Amino acid sequence: MAGVSAPVIVRVQKDDFDATVEAARLTGGRTDAGAVVSFVGLCRDEGGRLSALELEHYPGMAEAEIGRICQLAIARFSLLGLTAIHRVGKIAPGENIVLVIAVAPHRHAAFDGASFVMDYLKTSAPFWKKEHFADGRDGGWVDAKESDDRAREKWA
Amino acid sequence: MTKLVYFAWVRERIGKGEENIDLPASVKTGADLLRHLKSLGDEYAHALEHEKVIRIAINQEHVEHDEPILGAREIALFPPMTGG
Repeated sequence: MAGVSAPVIVRVQKDDFDATVEAARLTGGRTDAGAVVSFVGLCRDEGGRLSALELEHYPGMAEAEIGRICQLAIARFSLLGLTAIHRVGKIAPGENIVLVIAVAPHRHAAFDGASFVMDYLKTSAPFWKKEHFADGRDGGWVDAKESDDRAREKWA
Repeated sequence: MTKLVYFAWVRERIGKGEENIDLPASVKTGADLLRHLKSLGDEYAHALEHEKVIRIAINQEHVEHDEPILGAREIALFPPMTGG
């Protein structure tokens, strides 16, 4: 890890991810890490209403914006490493949507770093969810939530 | 020519994901752009009906509506984001 004190890995992909493999990628070969916090966001079926979510993104900007958010988190919480992976395309209930892993010397920075990245990602990274209903109908685009804006504002 | 790109319901309502367009010199800011596009047809008027809701990115970075668009290579218009 010479010269790479705080690696940042950002990926947008159709395929699933393995949180354990990704965490090992960040912690492997280093002995200064004392805390790893992994967050995985899953697709819900909303009480049986949904058959899938379809994730659209702005190629290029999605990766760039998540990268900017990760750099803010690294600086603010003195993280040792950060991974953010967001899936796109059609995702069925129970499947993974997003992964954030924050590595730090101590737990508070790792918890806060992962939480900060998720709160900013939800309101600033260019992704949009469309619902597909279990009965086959197009459920339309998900509305942005004010509670997500408030969650981000608490870091201001 | 300026490249415009659209996403989610803005894309669906306009009926295309991207286009190259000649902008009149009077279009100086993001807000000017929205007003100009709304004059181009019902599909634009419908997509951009609630101007304050529309998010604007210039060269793949978020900007406010009063940001000058001079020299922009790519301008994106899209709804509030719902990822994560």
